[in-house]
Amino acid sequence: MISKRIVLRFPNRLIDQPIICKLVKDYNLEFNILKAYVTPREEGLLVLELKGQDDEYNKGIEYLTRIGVRIQPLSQDIIRNNAKCTHCGICISVCPTGALVIDSITRKVHFYDNKCIACELCIPACPPRAMEVHF
Amino acid sequence: MAKTITEINENIKKGKAVVVTAEEIVDIVEEKGVKRAAQEVDVVTTGTFGPMCSSGIYINLGHTKPRIKLGGGKCYLNEVPAYCGFAAVDIYLGCTHLSDDDPRNKVYPGEFKYGGGHVIEEFVAGKDVRLTATAYGTDCYPRRKLETWINIKDVNEAVLFNPRNVYQNYNVAVNLSNKLIYTYMGVLKPNLGNANYCSAGQLSPLLNDPLYKTIGIGTKIFLGGGVGYVAWQGTQHNPTAKRKDNGVPCVPAGTLAVIGDLKQMRPEWLVGTSFQGYGATLTVGVGIPIPVLNEEIVQYTAVKDEEIFAPIVDYGKQYPYSEKPLVELGEVSYTQLKAGKIKLHGREIPTAPLSSYPKAIEIAETLKDWIKSGRFLLTEAVASLPGPESGLTFKFLKERPIE
Ligand code: SF4
Ligand code: SF4
Repeated sequence: MISKRIVLRFPNRLIDQPIICKLVKDYNLEFNILKAYVTPREEGLLVLELKGQDDEYNKGIEYLTRIGVRIQPLSQDIIRNNAKCTHCGICISVCPTGALVIDSITRKVHFYDNKCIACELCIPACPPRAMEVHF
Repeated sequence: MAKTITEINENIKKGKAVVVTAEEIVDIVEEKGVKRAAQEVDVVTTGTFGPMCSSGIYINLGHTKPRIKLGGGKCYLNEVPAYCGFAAVDIYLGCTHLSDDDPRNKVYPGEFKYGGGHVIEEFVAGKDVRLTATAYGTDCYPRRKLETWINIKDVNEAVLFNPRNVYQNYNVAVNLSNKLIYTYMGVLKPNLGNANYCSAGQLSPLLNDPLYKTIGIGTKIFLGGGVGYVAWQGTQHNPTAKRKDNGVPCVPAGTLAVIGDLKQMRPEWLVGTSFQGYGATLTVGVGIPIPVLNEEIVQYTAVKDEEIFAPIVDYGKQYPYSEKPLVELGEVSYTQLKAGKIKLHGREIPTAPLSSYPKAIEIAETLKDWIKSGRFLLTEAVASLPGPESGLTFKFLKERPIE
């Protein structure tokens, strides 16, 4: 069983295609949409949590790549600029998934990017703007 | 046996001074007792690193050819307006100022990406800053327009002068209303969704000298990574605020006005910050050394988080509308706050800090190193700050309608 959070980018010719539907029907994958929008350059962007059997998951990803969808793991998208982070801790109250937490001993703030769902709530909430989105 | 500051300075000069942080002194006093700790330790260092909105810098730009008198004119630094109600080329930039075309809260909640605090951080970092100014022109100062890059290393003086910093304790902010609010205490979720606090607790300068026995006007301090001084009591200094038996206030109380040479300071300790929906500000690092003159002082510095209490205040309605009397919803210790959850109205509420404890430790450690290595001597205060006996208290504005 694999469960991963990924970012899918669709060129605009694919935007109205029933791609996700195919992932469910042909590859038995389960999905959970975390975010979806069409960028100003008319590229579709979908942040998904995708789950399924290992071989089916890989075949599904293969299918997506074949038809021209670009795939990127989610954790690359939100990064913390460690030079800017002051470890104030204010972000822990806005992060819904516990990706940002305070170490109870050092009082430093850890960023676990594997827990991040790219909701971007921390971006404007971080006073020195240390949390950055990189699409 | 009591010590004097002169004796402590002698020890510092000889490289023999025993210096510890306000965190370390807790265990020392616990282990050795007040008496021995007072004998053995010379200085306790404190630190705090938090957003401090009453902060700003003044600059003397140097005269231009031909001369210009900015006083009475207008002036901007990287599009952010600076105050020019002084003489010809003296200007002051406050950290909350915003450029004229910043959308502010028009698109709610505003982002406040760039304000005076950000200009200050860049200026301290040695980056060129764009100055644009207009003046009305006089016989002795004929010039009317000035556009130039300026740099901290070229101006005559650059001084950080903050009318109110280093709050002695602060509120814990919650939101009793049913809508999400954006405040200077961060984002507060509806119906007691979270609680934010803003003090370094046991490491915070004025909580370690609660009755201002050593910190006074003229006290030399760590300010923004350089050396500064306490200039005066800060605005809204409120020494008569409620205190516990240990002398420590359990509500916001004393404050300090501080000053120091900006040219020696570092951008890591003067950080331009943005509070969503609220505004831009400057996050300032301050550290204050406390000379261990006697047992009473060492006892004060040994205060720990579990003995420091902060009031829980509703920022949904009570704070903004200044409802009086200000009913605190409750009181919690910094130990509880730092544990990550507090209990209120039978519920568990997650907490988050606004001021950085790791940076506060770094400041206390840096100051400790400076003193140990002999490069930082202590000063005797030239005058005390008003204490509880002064009767001084802070008031609301009494508005009188203008006919
Ligand atoms: S709010 Fe920003 S600066 Fe503060 S701990 Fe979080 S990421 Fe770091
Ligand atoms: S983007 Fe969302 S989930 Fe990721 S760290 Fe920020 S607040 Fe947490």
